[in-house]
Amino acid sequence: MGRFIARRLLSAVPVLLGILLLVFSIARLIPGDPCLLALGERATEELCDAYNERFGLDEPIVTQLGIYLGDVAQGDLGDSLRFSKPVTTLLKERLPTTVELTLAALFIAVLIGIPLGVMSAYRHNSKLDVVTMVFANTGVSMPVFWLGLMLQYLFAVVLQDTPLFLPPSGRLKAGMIPEPFYEKWGLPEIGIFEFISNMEILNGMLTLNWEVFWSATSHMILPALALATIPMAIIARMTRSSLLDVLGLDYVRTARAKGLKENVVILRHALRNALLPVITVIGLSLGALLGGAILTETIFNLSGVGKTLFDAIEARDYPVVQGFTLFIAFVFVLVNLLVDVLYTYLDPRVRVS
Amino acid sequence: MTDTSVSTDSTQRRDQQEPILNVTGLKTYFFTRAGEVRAVDGVDLSLKPGEIVGLVGESGSGKSVTSMSILQLVSDPGKIVAGEVMFDGQRLDKMSKRQMRNIRGDRISMIFQQPNASLNPVFRAGEQIAEVYAAHTALKKAVRNERAVEMLEKVGIPDPASRAKAYPHELSGGMAQRVMIAMALASKPDVLIADEPTTALDVTIQAQILDLMVSMRDELGTAILLITHDLGVVAETADRVAVMYAGQIVEESPTNELFADPQHPYTQGLIGSIPMPGERRERLTVIPGRVPNLVDMPPGCRFAPRCEARIAHNLTKCTEVEPDLLQISPGRKVRCWLFEEPDPTADGAS
Repeated sequence: MGRFIARRLLSAVPVLLGILLLVFSIARLIPGDPCLLALGERATEELCDAYNERFGLDEPIVTQLGIYLGDVAQGDLGDSLRFSKPVTTLLKERLPTTVELTLAALFIAVLIGIPLGVMSAYRHNSKLDVVTMVFANTGVSMPVFWLGLMLQYLFAVVLQDTPLFLPPSGRLKAGMIPEPFYEKWGLPEIGIFEFISNMEILNGMLTLNWEVFWSATSHMILPALALATIPMAIIARMTRSSLLDVLGLDYVRTARAKGLKENVVILRHALRNALLPVITVIGLSLGALLGGAILTETIFNLSGVGKTLFDAIEARDYPVVQGFTLFIAFVFVLVNLLVDVLYTYLDPRVRVS
Repeated sequence: MTDTSVSTDSTQRRDQQEPILNVTGLKTYFFTRAGEVRAVDGVDLSLKPGEIVGLVGESGSGKSVTSMSILQLVSDPGKIVAGEVMFDGQRLDKMSKRQMRNIRGDRISMIFQQPNASLNPVFRAGEQIAEVYAAHTALKKAVRNERAVEMLEKVGIPDPASRAKAYPHELSGGMAQRVMIAMALASKPDVLIADEPTTALDVTIQAQILDLMVSMRDELGTAILLITHDLGVVAETADRVAVMYAGQIVEESPTNELFADPQHPYTQGLIGSIPMPGERRERLTVIPGRVPNLVDMPPGCRFAPRCEARIAHNLTKCTEVEPDLLQISPGRKVRCWLFEEPDPTADGAS
């Protein structure tokens, strides 16, 4: 298994390199001068020359690429032109929000999507099935920005003075500065702790500060709901069709002929097999969501990976665009690997010998 | 069946026993858009303890639907519309879902055509056998697993303890069918329904599996309903045979009598189509035409359109009125107008 994982990671290197080349070129092909965007339309030529020299933008593109690749090989993704700090630091700051949002959305999507799919398949062609699938198809085709705005309107405007009010944007109540859990418990300030403390819901739990916990959670509900809709609908449809296929197979008939209870037949014998393709879908969603939900993060004003990447593209902040894209590609590779490893546990037929 | 005297003894003993399973007037229809498919249309069948009854017929004659109907496992759009299934004094068709579950896998169990596909690919062979004990007994897990290994040993699987840990894809077809048999017999059922158990296996393995089934019958006294399209399988194994055609039983007889002297023109055609070693024939007999559409059944006898005996005997009734299953001698029944009044010339019709 170790060798399998190592081989897979190694084979990802050319993929990542290709992506890097592509993003590097495309970023520079977009019209727009980073200097003018950073310093303003009226920046003088001397000022821009100095700016370009400082960030190495005066070198020929091939040289820039060479320098950049050399840095990346050493784990240095360069400095942001806009924030003047390392891209890796920026990533560390922005990723926790995205991770929280992703996990919350995926949690909702799986928790609702799979049972919906199972019920639809079990009560195949019933009213419940039809309603669920209409709902799922609507979900798949619902634009997330529209859904986000509607959720904000409903929960923050219509229900403003009711207990159902939910904050429409931001990460925490204005002015709330939670104490990182490692400080509270006198732990050393190391990278992983910092990263975890930036996940506000988790940090609220770890510091036992329930006000922070609730504030962070309530801010996450609407974006997570908006973001969960599409994966939830896909998961529900996938679960339904996959389970329907499996329910017609011989071993399900065997399970029934054995005298097993119907829920054992469905949940133990059929679902276990039917979930294999669903797990692939969940993996892909996980990759896509971790790569940043640009629209959702923008609408709900959450500074996560997606919003940062979007802003960086607008500002021609090349190192951030490159670094974040590379990170997203890497996440995809990792998630795919994770799905494959999971498969070997769930399906003995694909177990690597 | 090597020892004839024992076999005759037990056959005589069986004759006096009440049937453990008795199906009467079973009708299972499928309600499809194309119409009402009468897959099983008035089947009577009985099985005595320890008896092996062969249910023979072409694909689509309703054999498998009959077996699924016995276990009350017919799924949509199929429905049992009439008939009763008596098992050990109880009406299976009147039972609640829970009562029926307690019968399935415990007192009546079943094995299928594609052994590898009939086992769940994600569970180990031993687990799948042990599951029967989990569903029907209060045994502890360790004991269940132990019993599963014992069952594997009983069905002749070498090194059963390690085989119990194998996944279905690691087993050959013959092994997988042995696992299925172990699973089906785990709780010593009264009846085993074997739906084409050897069809997917190659010939040497077929013989082994049939031998195993016969020896398990001898050991556990389980009655077996052996469903097959292969007359050879029936000839070797069954005590009695019922021949099915288009959803009905057309002939029922003790096995040796059926092969020595088939009565129904369809049975005669079937037996005539088997090549016999040492026999010289220009061509094998074929039955002209094809199985009728189950939605749009011909009026009268279902076999009439293909029946050469009908033409030879110039019978007009056949295409108008449906014949009943007539008793022509003890233990022999035929559904054919040729036997309406026992008539010696009606024999050898073809």
